[in-house]
Amino acid sequence: MNIKLLESGKQFILLFAILAFISGSCASDKSKENKNADNSGLSDDFNSEMDDDLAEKINTAKRIFYSLPSPLETAMLIKSAGANYDGDLLNKVENTSKYNTNLKMALNLGIYTTDLSYASLFDQTQATLSYINAAKKMADGLEILDAIDEATIRRLEENINNRDVIIDIISETLLNSNSFLEDKGLQNTSAIILVGGWVEGLHIATSLVEKGANLKTNKLVERIVDQKLSLNIVVSLLENNKDNAEVQILLKDVAELSAIYDKITIEQSEITPVEDPNTNVTTLKSESTIKITQEVFDELARKVKELRTRYIS
Amino acid sequence: MKRSLFVSILFVVFALTPFKADAQCKQFAKNTCKVGLSPFQHDGNYHAAILLEGEEAELYKTFYSDTQYRIGICGANNLGEVEFSIVDGSGKVLYNNKFHGYEWKWDFKLESSQQLKIVVKVPVTNGMSNEPKEGCVAIMFGFKEK
Repeated sequence: MNIKLLESGKQFILLFAILAFISGSCASDKSKENKNADNSGLSDDFNSEMDDDLAEKINTAKRIFYSLPSPLETAMLIKSAGANYDGDLLNKVENTSKYNTNLKMALNLGIYTTDLSYASLFDQTQATLSYINAAKKMADGLEILDAIDEATIRRLEENINNRDVIIDIISETLLNSNSFLEDKGLQNTSAIILVGGWVEGLHIATSLVEKGANLKTNKLVERIVDQKLSLNIVVSLLENNKDNAEVQILLKDVAELSAIYDKITIEQSEITPVEDPNTNVTTLKSESTIKITQEVFDELARKVKELRTRYIS
Repeated sequence: MKRSLFVSILFVVFALTPFKADAQCKQFAKNTCKVGLSPFQHDGNYHAAILLEGEEAELYKTFYSDTQYRIGICGANNLGEVEFSIVDGSGKVLYNNKFHGYEWKWDFKLESSQQLKIVVKVPVTNGMSNEPKEGCVAIMFGFKEK
């Protein structure tokens, strides 16, 4: 930037006015969008002279959030389905040096955090340390500051045999990373990371289903089929950021997955909430029937493998 | 020179204000909402925004069978009682906290996996001020195996 320009008071004021105008325009636009952005400040002196129409628009605008299962929840779902740990399924930590683009780093941050969560839930201490370092390299590459700092890694090392603390650290790391991206308006990066982690979860789950498993009763298959319920959330997350060319690539990938999921049916009965007055826990009672053929399951597993292979290459 | 200095200070304040607000919302979510999820494990996701009174937010998420969940909806103190409801795919309201004393959290489990919608409403307060209030609202999830 030209130093002389900054030294001129009048020109500086003009620059300030332009910046203020640009910023104000962005905030207004965002307030009308249905996206999960945090658009305004916390200041108490909200502009009292705001135009009534604009105030009405802001008051009636809805913020829409889409939530995919986090890497931690994905790992928990795999474990609770009775699956075992298989380290060979995970992305090799040596691959970190291959990822030089934002797309690859974001996808593999999602992939490595899912691998990290999976390893930690199965008490794989060495793998947990390796994968938090791999995730840190991706986060650093994306300039997600302080998501995983040296202190986090030290704390993890010091508590490597305490699963509860490790899971807390991973949860906090995910929260820091997500909130950083949200605060910086990097929802497209956030969406890519989530999709990377989601596909990795599908990859681990589909790979762990044993050959000849009964698709009607296998719990892991049920979890894989359940992801059909999240497909519209994945699409919405990506659609909200489709101006980004990298997101468009993923939209195409998800459309291919969606075409296979269309061959799977989930029939659900009406939900009846029943609250237990002793525990204050409500049970959402309903029945669900899934229909999936072996051919469709194999097709889905192949597609997941194809996408995941491309993402980690 | 003085004017340049003044403008520079204004510029710095202007540039940092949104970041400060976002950082406050993050700290609010971490310190107020996440802590309250215990003994459930926070999933690591972050959904928080500055909302104005009268404003609504919706969140879509799939919840899985054989898992127990805690939904926590935390609003800044100046916003009054934040209302939230849980709605299924057919539009049926499964829970509304206004019938439960505006409780900020709800614990539930499912017999079959479902995509649900969480609808959050910030109340319009009848204060003396003409200025609409605004504050951070966080939506957070905890889980544990059933």
